[in-house]
Amino acid sequence: MLSARTLLIRGMVVGAIAGVVAYLFATLFGEGPISDAIAFEEAHAAALPAGEHEHEVVSRTVQSTIGLATASIIYGIALGGLYGIAVAIAAGRVGRLSARATAGLVALGGFVGVALVPFLKYPANPPATGNPDTLQQRTGLYFLMIVIGVAAVLGAVLVGRSLQPRLGTWNASTVALVGAAVLVGAILYVLPAVNEVPDGFSPILLWRFRLASLGTQAVTWATLGLLFGYLTERSQRRQPVPAVQPVAA
Amino acid sequence: MATISAAPTPATVPVAIPLRQILPWAAFGAVLAVVLLYFVGTEQGITSVVSGETVHEFVHDGRHLLGFPCH
Ligand SMILES: [Zn+2]
Repeated sequence: MLSARTLLIRGMVVGAIAGVVAYLFATLFGEGPISDAIAFEEAHAAALPAGEHEHEVVSRTVQSTIGLATASIIYGIALGGLYGIAVAIAAGRVGRLSARATAGLVALGGFVGVALVPFLKYPANPPATGNPDTLQQRTGLYFLMIVIGVAAVLGAVLVGRSLQPRLGTWNASTVALVGAAVLVGAILYVLPAVNEVPDGFSPILLWRFRLASLGTQAVTWATLGLLFGYLTERSQRRQPVPAVQPVAA
Repeated sequence: MATISAAPTPATVPVAIPLRQILPWAAFGAVLAVVLLYFVGTEQGITSVVSGETVHEFVHDGRHLLGFPCH
């Protein structure tokens, strides 16, 4: 039998690996747009009434290498842990899926809820495109969007599961997914828009950055889902692993 | 390694783990994740735990690329 402890730890370990993969992807596709955006920022900073232009606390070299790697790996570990718990809950409860298929499906749901849905309303922005004064508000809206995305995915799963006996798997899934999509669409329509990209900022650059950002998150979730599923299936095959009970029962 | 290469057994539906057994680990994982995500996602000058903007600046590129709001 699967154990929650094992799945949590496996999630965090696989998450760290996913972070490394995400870092490589981000270096390849994301750092270019970031450098270009910072070049834009510096070209326009001189025109501003020179207040206290932020002095470099951490060099660009560090930010784009160790800093980026640290951020990706920590992000991967955090997501991986939550993901492992989500798999622990979903395994044996969603349809008649194997552990490996469940792992893949949970990762897909995680990507949609945590990355894709928030991206549709508040896509990632490169440096030099956000107003510092609205940071608090933008951060709040962004996390709200993540909550909405995750809730929509969870809701779709729960509704689909409860409709399945009456409608069958395909119809139940369709109804649940369409319902969630309509609901999310309505929320996206209602929430306030954030558009602070300054005039003259290259739309191509914005597009490249946002694509790189979405790709970085897709790579994180794909690595999580595929590697976690593989490892779980492998551990099940050499079955007689005694289930470890949590200390606090 | 040699033992794994046997023909794949048909995929079996795993036995659901009792929720009560998951709960303590879920709580632990959630707390850990919040701390870690705070470090990457929102740690900043005004509300920082670690003084100054060092952490904010250190993970700066990751924050942008992972979709968190920044500057
Ligand atoms: Zn920034």
